[in-house]
Amino acid sequence: MMKRLLGAAAALVLAGSIAGVAHAADKLKVGFIYLGPIGDLGWTYQHELGRQALVKELGDKIETTYLENVPEGPDSERAIEQLVRAGNKLIFTTSFGYMDPTLKVAKKYPNVHFEHATGYKRDKNMSTYSGRWYQGRYIQGQIAAKMSKAGVLGYIGSFPIPEVVSGINATMLGAQSINPNIKVKIIWVNTWFDPGKEADAAKALLDQGADIIMQHTDSPAAMQVAAERGKLAFGQDSEMIKFGPKAQLTSILDTWGPYYIARVKAELDGTWKSEDTWGGLDSKMFEMAPYTNMPDDVKKMAEETQAAITSGKLHPFKCPIVAQDGKEVECKGGDHLADGQILGMNFYVKGVDDKLPGK
Amino acid sequence: MLLVEAIILSVLAASTPLLLAATGELVTERAGVLNLGVEGMMIVGAACGFAGAWVSGSIIVGALCGIVAGMLTSLIFAFMTLGLAVNQVATGLALTILGIGLSGLIGARFVGERITTAPKLSIPGLTDIPLVGRILFGEDAFVYLSLALIIGVWWFLYRTRAGLVLRACGDNHVSAHALGYPVLRIRMLAVLFGGACAGLAGAYLPLAYTPFFIPGMTAGRGWIALALVVFASWRPGRLVIGAYLFGAVTILQLHAQGAGVGIPSQFMSALPYLATVIVLVLLSRARTGGSTAPAALGTVFVPDR
Repeated sequence: MMKRLLGAAAALVLAGSIAGVAHAADKLKVGFIYLGPIGDLGWTYQHELGRQALVKELGDKIETTYLENVPEGPDSERAIEQLVRAGNKLIFTTSFGYMDPTLKVAKKYPNVHFEHATGYKRDKNMSTYSGRWYQGRYIQGQIAAKMSKAGVLGYIGSFPIPEVVSGINATMLGAQSINPNIKVKIIWVNTWFDPGKEADAAKALLDQGADIIMQHTDSPAAMQVAAERGKLAFGQDSEMIKFGPKAQLTSILDTWGPYYIARVKAELDGTWKSEDTWGGLDSKMFEMAPYTNMPDDVKKMAEETQAAITSGKLHPFKCPIVAQDGKEVECKGGDHLADGQILGMNFYVKGVDDKLPGK
Repeated sequence: MLLVEAIILSVLAASTPLLLAATGELVTERAGVLNLGVEGMMIVGAACGFAGAWVSGSIIVGALCGIVAGMLTSLIFAFMTLGLAVNQVATGLALTILGIGLSGLIGARFVGERITTAPKLSIPGLTDIPLVGRILFGEDAFVYLSLALIIGVWWFLYRTRAGLVLRACGDNHVSAHALGYPVLRIRMLAVLFGGACAGLAGAYLPLAYTPFFIPGMTAGRGWIALALVVFASWRPGRLVIGAYLFGAVTILQLHAQGAGVGIPSQFMSALPYLATVIVLVLLSRARTGGSTAPAALGTVFVPDR
């Protein structure tokens, strides 16, 4: 029986679907690999919006194809190669877990250009791109500290990887700048997407006394639970105000469109080269959803912080940064932590009570 | 509301879809048919259930749409495996893949829409009883329906003649056929019942649990329901224990994390699976000395005339 179940799981892994077929031969073919369905209202949906923006801008010169529901890991290699064989010359692989497969295919096809989201491995024909979402998290931390009556924030984490950990730290640093005694309760659900489990985690956090819900998972379930209980929450990846018109404070919106347009233009001009792009608020790699459900003074504070981060006046990881164990973190980036330290962050800042999984 | 009460309410909600889907699969498998397509039938039920509720504005219509959708999906399975005698494992897997795709297609129009969740029951006098009132009389109707259903299934399987015949088909279809029972028709009804339960379980997610539809929102619950049936050794009583234990450990580990007990979260996430498997295996060892799968489970039956 278990063998049958395992076989079933293996078969499902192969169930990625193909959509959108290119015809014109002289147009540049651009391919996309998506992790989830385009209707996930989160991570993949935002990439799809980016692709649509690209088509709107350059639709007469390019032909786009996407593969959705492609599981991360070795199996994605076939999907990427499929796009290469279909004649795509520029391929965006839009999730961290596609890193090694993308690199492998890139080495095999030196004449095709690859763009991998949120990874750190590059090659002559493979770029990486990502967003400095921790900047948005810092603003959210400040808002949360202002809006929380209990002084306890509830945080739903997906996996304890550096991106999520740096998000928690930025949130706490922002919150501590308003209320030094702020507390955070963290629940790791060990999944990016399971609406039921995300809702259960949100309920558990609220039942334990948190009154603001923050999430680093992909569905609007947590937002909806907060709305139902009359509490406040932050959205993730995309606009979730529909699920909590009276609950959403703001949301970090991944806006990939401008980047996709810029890279495809470079490809068309013949100026494409391998780069490492880590865009922040200043480059519009992401935006903040309108600040809602908060008094004017909190809104003003959030807007000022956003302006300060955008202009570079304020860095969320400004030194000194004190780690959970009380030791000061070495400051490798001048007056703030170096990018490498943020990208590989594997410690909590002081004030986080939780124990980092695996530490 | 006390924390204990809040935890129990969350456990009820988390366990109900598992119990519903597993109840249907238990009956299907007791009739000797292995339908691995539970996840597929559930997600189709979720999409159609949400669509029905959104269009009509009624939770009951939504639930009925979910049930009918689950049955129609299972009808494909019945046609293939009973009518054409195709391999059940392969058909079940195909059904899951088909269901996931189909639900995305049906649900695409409804992504981003919201509905009001199924109302919580409120019985004057009873629901207000401190501590137990909210738990016994104050959840949504699906929770109590799922319990009534499994009790009904137990009664049917062990206390009625029809139940005995169904079990006979699952244990030895040749004998049942020789005695003159319509094996294929009985199996088809069992498959349809399984589809109805899976459809309802799927519909429970957008109607009562998280009131919106997103592709893939069942997130593997159908597979857990399948595994529960096996580890409950095809017994309704153990199935209830298994489903609630799984739900309870899932919720408790979330609370333990929130309270900061310092156990690695990866271990905590694995705990529901581990605890449920261990407890159910111990239970079946203690009482019967081994698993008791229906003898003809998964085998194709072609009546020779």
